[in-house]
Formats: sequence, structure tokens, C-alpha cells
Amino acid sequence: MAILIIFVCIKQVPGITEVRIDPKTNTLIREGIPSIMNPMDKNGVELALEIKEKHGGEIIALSMGPPQAEEVLREALAMGANKAYLLTDRVFAGADTLATSHTLALSIKKIIKESNEKKYIVICGTQAIDGDTAQVGPELAEELGIPQITYVQKFEMSGDKIKVERVFRTEEVVIIEANLPALISVLKEINTPKHPTMAGIVDAYDKKEVIHLDAKAVNADKSKIGLTGSQTEVWKIFVPERKGEHIKLSGTIEEISNELCQKLKEDKIF
Amino acid sequence: MNFKLTPKQEMIRKITRDFAEEYIAPIAEESDQNSQLDPRVMEEMKRMGYFGSCIPQNYDGAGLDTISFSIVTEEIGRIDASWSITTGVHASVCAYPIYAFGTDDQKQEFLPPLARGDHLGAFVLTEANAGSDAAGVETNAYLDGDEWVLNGSKIFATNGGLCKTLLCVTKTGQKGRRPELTIFIIDTDTPGYSVGVREDKLGVRASNTSELVFQDVRIPKENVLGGVGQGFRLGMQILEYGRIQMAAQTVGLGQAALEASLKYANERVQFGKPIGQFQGVQWMIADMGVEVECARLLTYKASWLCDNGLDYGLVGSMAKLKATEAAMKATHDAVQIHGAYGLMKAYAVERYFRDAKMAEIYEGTSEIQRMVIAQTLLRRGWQF
Repeated sequence: MAILIIFVCIKQVPGITEVRIDPKTNTLIREGIPSIMNPMDKNGVELALEIKEKHGGEIIALSMGPPQAEEVLREALAMGANKAYLLTDRVFAGADTLATSHTLALSIKKIIKESNEKKYIVICGTQAIDGDTAQVGPELAEELGIPQITYVQKFEMSGDKIKVERVFRTEEVVIIEANLPALISVLKEINTPKHPTMAGIVDAYDKKEVIHLDAKAVNADKSKIGLTGSQTEVWKIFVPERKGEHIKLSGTIEEISNELCQKLKEDKIF
Repeated sequence: MNFKLTPKQEMIRKITRDFAEEYIAPIAEESDQNSQLDPRVMEEMKRMGYFGSCIPQNYDGAGLDTISFSIVTEEIGRIDASWSITTGVHASVCAYPIYAFGTDDQKQEFLPPLARGDHLGAFVLTEANAGSDAAGVETNAYLDGDEWVLNGSKIFATNGGLCKTLLCVTKTGQKGRRPELTIFIIDTDTPGYSVGVREDKLGVRASNTSELVFQDVRIPKENVLGGVGQGFRLGMQILEYGRIQMAAQTVGLGQAALEASLKYANERVQFGKPIGQFQGVQWMIADMGVEVECARLLTYKASWLCDNGLDYGLVGSMAKLKATEAAMKATHDAVQIHGAYGLMKAYAVERYFRDAKMAEIYEGTSEIQRMVIAQTLLRRGWQF
């Protein structure tokens, strides 16, 4: 019988919501900031655990990053993932979302091929708290040539079919069905991740391993990975300058809207 | 020589810190005031394996090394000493001794529910006329067929009112001038066992401290731990092991006092600048930092000695003494730095101060630690 492979993609991110930038060098200040598992990816791991508990299968956690990104994969293993792969190689560095998803796709294809399993699902967090692009999930689905459903807040699975609630616009939910294999990107509303147990942490270090894959291991075409494979380039990172004043309006809704219209007229906005 | 924790130990610290801050911190003051351990915290601690930290996984424990166990106790103690003493006592002086000294049958029967936290454990020695002097134990047992019949009472039993499994130091005879002591594993559902007064305490108020009464409690012969007459020797070894955890939890308590003081000293402005800029406050903070770090190093060293199968008795006693006195000094100064705010229930340092005083007394007073340290040094000389 076929085993379901549940891939979870994880990014290691700085553990803050507000990015501090060195005004002189225009780079991120990373000093004294602990690295954490991207919060929505943690929801992804939790969903993978729920799927495994109900339907069986094997959870494979995946990440691309420097060797120290191993820590977030260990955390995923501690939560209950079965295996972890870290794509790490100097030539992967500087990748934009496209080059990242291409590289992740190579590793997924390799694992699928080697395991001879056709039934799989890929789970991503919708977006990472550092880049906030929400692009890697969709691009990864394209690379793999499988259906994608983004912004998922509820998930069900039966047989080879999944049925999910996708938040389309604010307060607008659509229910979508898809056949496996498929990729979903999840929102934090989908579940509440549980802390790993102490035994889980011990196992993550003593009984499980994080397998490192370099460019050669995934047969990467150098023109499609890292900085060379990137179609976009970060030109500048900056904190937006606060322009002008802001006014706080208070009172009843009617009073506030009247005052707001008045101000907008005064400022000749309409 | 390497002071760096392993990635596994770092992860254990991080996860335990996150858990304690998320689950325990918001209700710590309330638990202190109503003297109750929160059931939601209890459930989560069971799930995360904190009741079986030091028990191997084949008995449903977590299988942590001693350093990791100490880190866990430190991080829980950093938020609430009532919880760290509850799990610390349960795991280090009840579950662990059964693992270390118990027969295979005893381990199979008692360990898994203890390690899962389904049964809470306790270790009782102290009586009205015995505590620091273990030889004064009057709770006694005589053999009747295949059972021991226990009579007497214990006081100040940590986890006493809640425990299902109890290690009880009992007098089973007399050898010359010394009593012969034996440790029994007691299931508290046994007829004749009852819980007396639950104590209302200065500190660690949420933890359960109770009087226990034994009236013709019949214990099967198989429930003797480590052999009849081995109670004194085993009891001392059990307390030696437990001391590391008592040290660890007060390292956490001292750390909490230090962190609260740093935060307050940077925020509170008097005479036009943060009070941390004044030398009087700086000296207190400097001493606090040094003392807490000394305590931590001793605690980790004792844990390391234990993990490496080396004698940890002396350093363990040093750690317990240093950590509790450092916590007492640190919490005292933390209240001072907070001024009148520090006297208020709304500020955690008020609770820390009361909890620290408890730690100087329970699980071997500072005086007993000094006795152990001095006697060991006088006997062996100083060896580094």
C-alpha cells in the first residue's frame, strides 16, 4: 500500500516582527536576535502531524539555508516529523523566491523518485515573517506541476482528495477540493502548534537525523539556483520614512466619518 | 573543558522557557495567592514529559541527561518555584530512586505512571522529631507474614496531599544506638493511609505540603526499596541527587530576580535618570549577577559529574547552598531595587522573596549543607 509523504517546508527567520536595519550599511541587524522557525511553518508542521495521526504517512521537513538552519529542522523533528533535509550549499546563497522554489522542488522530486511513492502533499506556511512575499509556496507548486491552494485555514482529507477552506478575501471563504499530489499554504488560523515534548527533543537529536543536500546531490543546474538563478534582485532595504503628521479621530462612527470627510475636503483630496 | 551547552540542551532550554512563559507566568501570582496548582498547566506538563524528565524512555520518561534535567528545573523555577519543586521532588526523589534502586518488578509497576505524570510522587522523611536528624525517625513498621505494617506520621511532605506513590523512610528495627531504617514504596490508596493537615506556607504556596498519617498500613514485602535496613544509606543518596534539582530551581529563582531588577532599574527614573545609573543600585545588580552565575556553574558541574558517573555529593551540596543563598540575596535586593513596588503582590519579586526563604530550609537547610561540605572536606581534603 502506498504511503502518503507529507512534505513540510520550513524557513528559519529572525525572531522579531519589526526589522531593524543598520542605517549605514542598509543591512538587517541580526546581532542579539535569536533565529526561530517561521510561525506559519510551525502551523504547517502541526497540520502534518494531524494528517499523519489520522491517515498515516511519513513527514519530511525541508529547508534551504545556511548550516545553522538545521536548528529549525531539529525542532520540526522534535515536534514529530520523521525525516529532515537541509538544502545547504554556498551556491544556493542569494536565491530569490524563484531560485528557492526551484531548489526545493529538485529535492522533493529526488525524494519522491527514490521512495517510489506517488502520493504526496506539500505544506508551506503562507508567508515568512521576514520577507513576507508568500511566493515560494505557489512557485514550488508550479515547479512540481501540481495543484496549489493558498491561504488555507481549514483542511480535510479523504483518500486521494483534499477539501480545504481558502480565505479568498477578508471574510470571504471558498471551499476547494483537489486531488493529491497537491500543495497547500496555510494560515496561522488553521491550528495551534503544540510545543515539542522532552522525549521528542531527545529523539530529534539522538535518534533522527538532518540530511544535508548540496547542489550536486539534487543535480542542480547552476543557472537556476542561488544568485545566478534569481530573476529579482534586492536593490535596497529600508524602513519607510514617516511623512507628514497623523491625526487620531475619536467619537461615534458618524462623528468620525464627518470629521474625516471634512479633513479630506480641507486637504483637497476630494 | 567546555561550557557550551549542546544543541539539544539549548533546545530543551528554549522550549521549556517558551512553555513556562506561555503557560505558567500568566497565572503564577494567582496560583500563589489561592495556593493551587493550575490543572491546565499540570496537563500540559504531563504531555510535555516534565514529570519523567530523568526517567529513560523505556519507562515512558523523557530520557534527559542530568544537565538537561537541571535546565528544565531552572527554567520552570525561573517562572514559578511552586511548579519546579512539584516536578523536581516528584522526579528526583521519588521516580528516579525507584529507577536507580528498584527491582525490575518495582520499575515496571511504579515508573511508567510516575514518568507520565499520571501518578504524582513524593519522598517523606521529616517528622515532628526528625528532619535534619534522620536517625530520629519514629514512623515504624513490623513484618506480619508477607506484609509490613506501618504506623506513624510524616509532616511537611511536598506533594503529600496529591501523591499516589510515596517513598517513606521508616524505622524497621534498632542496631545498637542507631535505628534501622527502610524505605517503602507506598501506594497511597492503601487502607490506613490518610492525608492530615495541608500547610499554609510563606512561599511556594501553590505546591502542596501536607501531613501524612499511617495507621496499620499494610505494605507487601515486595515494596521495600533497595533492601530492608538500607533506608539511611539510600535516603542520603536520594537526597544527594535531589539537591541538584533544588539547586537548579533556585538558580532559576535568582535569575528571575536578576531579570526583574535589570528591567526595573532601566525603566524607573528618579532624580532625572534611570535608577540603574546609580552606583547603589549597580552594586546590588553586579553582586546578583555574580552570585547567580556562581550558583549556575556549581549546579551544572554537579549535574555534569552525575552524568559522567562521578561523585557529585560534595559539589551538589555546594550548589544547593550557593544557589539558595544567592537566590535569597538576589530576591532580597530585587525587592529593595523595586522599592515600595517590590512589597506589592502585583510585582513578582514579592513572591520570589518568599519563595527564596523556603529554599534555604527545605531539602536540607543551609546548615546541613555546610555540615555535609565541611565533613566531606575534613575527611577527604580539598581535591579539585
